[in-house]
Amino acid sequence: MALELKSAQFRREREGVWRELETLVARAERHGMGSLDGDSLARLPTLYRATLSGLSVARAISLDRNLLDYLEALCARAYLCVYGVRERPSALLAAFFAWRLPAAVRGAWRAIVLAFIVILAGVLAAWFLTASDPAYYDSFIAKGVQQGRSFDASTEALRASLGGGGKDVDELGAFAAYLFSHNAQIGILSFSLGFALGVPTLALIFTNGLMLGAFLALFASRGLLVELGGWLSIHGPTEFLALILSAAAGLKIAGAVLFAGREPRLVRLARDGRDAAVIMMGAVMLFLLAGLLEGLGRQLVVGMAARYLLGWSIFAAIVAYFCMAGRERRP
Amino acid sequence: MSDLAVTIESADPRMRAVVTPEGVAVSVRLASVGERATALVLDLLILIVALIVVAIATAVAGGHVGRTAGILLMFVLRVFYFAGFELAWNGRTPGKRMASLRVINRRGGPLTPAAVIGRNLMREVELFLPLSLALAGDAAIAAGPWTWIATLTWVGVLAALPLFNRDRLRAGDMVAGTWVVAEPKPVLLPDLAAVRSAVYAAPAYVFTAQQLVVYGVKELQVLEDVLRSSGQGTTALQGDVARRIVRKIGYVHPDGGGAFNERAFLEAFYAAQRRRLEAELAFGRRRRDKNDR
Repeated sequence: MALELKSAQFRREREGVWRELETLVARAERHGMGSLDGDSLARLPTLYRATLSGLSVARAISLDRNLLDYLEALCARAYLCVYGVRERPSALLAAFFAWRLPAAVRGAWRAIVLAFIVILAGVLAAWFLTASDPAYYDSFIAKGVQQGRSFDASTEALRASLGGGGKDVDELGAFAAYLFSHNAQIGILSFSLGFALGVPTLALIFTNGLMLGAFLALFASRGLLVELGGWLSIHGPTEFLALILSAAAGLKIAGAVLFAGREPRLVRLARDGRDAAVIMMGAVMLFLLAGLLEGLGRQLVVGMAARYLLGWSIFAAIVAYFCMAGRERRP
Repeated sequence: MSDLAVTIESADPRMRAVVTPEGVAVSVRLASVGERATALVLDLLILIVALIVVAIATAVAGGHVGRTAGILLMFVLRVFYFAGFELAWNGRTPGKRMASLRVINRRGGPLTPAAVIGRNLMREVELFLPLSLALAGDAAIAAGPWTWIATLTWVGVLAALPLFNRDRLRAGDMVAGTWVVAEPKPVLLPDLAAVRSAVYAAPAYVFTAQQLVVYGVKELQVLEDVLRSSGQGTTALQGDVARRIVRKIGYVHPDGGGAFNERAFLEAFYAAQRRRLEAELAFGRRRRDKNDR
């Protein structure tokens, strides 16, 4: 046996471990990690490290390309099993709410302030323009979505449109679901448009601000501002917060592309992109809450004071959560 | 590390090294644009079928509960189809699974849920927006043809991003720090230089030291391919290669060595050449190819 090649001997001695790892990895790939019993799960990391060191040795001593390719591939496959998404969903969710989400939101405060200013600018611009000349109203709010709320409508009709209960109670669930999916879609769009350097994101939220401003101007001209405030308060703060967070997540991505600083652009983008995704998940949840408030709450809660109280106390609770939660936990 | 550099540089341009937390670089092959398009089309087909099933089920169920569930399911399918599967199946969707592809972390760490969600939310602007714009219909085009064309170009560039970078990253991959690789599935074949007692007991083909310094690692591995190839024309190919080696190294078959068999000659030469090059490797010298002196 003295004539045997070192590399061939090496392979003969280690092959059993590799084959065992290959069997386990193949089973995990086909049926998931859950299909491995406790024994196999315990063996997997050991086998993986042994094979990884085998790859290092083989690179140094062997010129058998099939062997090298096989070990490369086996290590890559085992690596994906060993370092895949491994945490339990419940643990992930707990960490998400306990500190990941609030920390990511706090980390994006500049983008949040910018998004807020842009929306506010839209609101004020449309308000002043519409107040000075009602003809602007139609250019800010398309005729199709006015639903009769225009300068042609009587004050009484406008007041009636702010009531509740106009809809069949059975239909409220579907209405809330529609509002949620529609608004969340807009939020996701403003997030993903951040990749286009953020300009479309800002344009999108500015347009939303314009609509609100024109709306406010219309009702203010009839002395219905307080009533409109109640109608909007119940879901508006939550919904606009969700929109601002979506836009802020998009702006974070834009910022990483534009102002990468000393880091390579792709590295910065990957780091900020994950935070942006976390913020966006939070925004989708807020859209869901806002949809419920708008679809159910607004139709069921009709009293003016109750509307203000409910809407703004929920908003305050959310803001407090973002500001305070998970401060002691460092990622 | 010089060893590693050799391994990576000699491979095809789609190979990339991922450094595991143990500090070993493992190479993976990036998925081609064609493979990813295949996976995407498969996923979209599944998604469309699922959406149609939901729509029909909603219509059949009727009532407000059916409508509510229908709207929510549509939303969840559209936004979370890709992300949900990639989370549950460790970076794979049904389409990727069929195309043997997988999403992994570019830096070598685990694939995080935030990365999966981030890369898939970007589909809104990369995939769904271009699709809906392209299908916008005459009304949208008539309303503002130039706006429509400008927007379509803008998002078209985003959608075509993977064609314009070396790593085939789409916007979502850039945002999430991921890339898509082909699932490696090579098979371990028998060692060509394994001991076969008959060959070693009475070596029919003996090479001098001079004859073993002609070729390098590259030629050795080409010879490995030739020996492992099968199917039509293999015998002719091996015969051809054997004759060329005999000429190049000036091999003379001994009288008492028995009949000259091309396949056996190649196997013996492979074993001898590999022994020689691996011995040099052990002393830190790697002769890359015949021109590397």
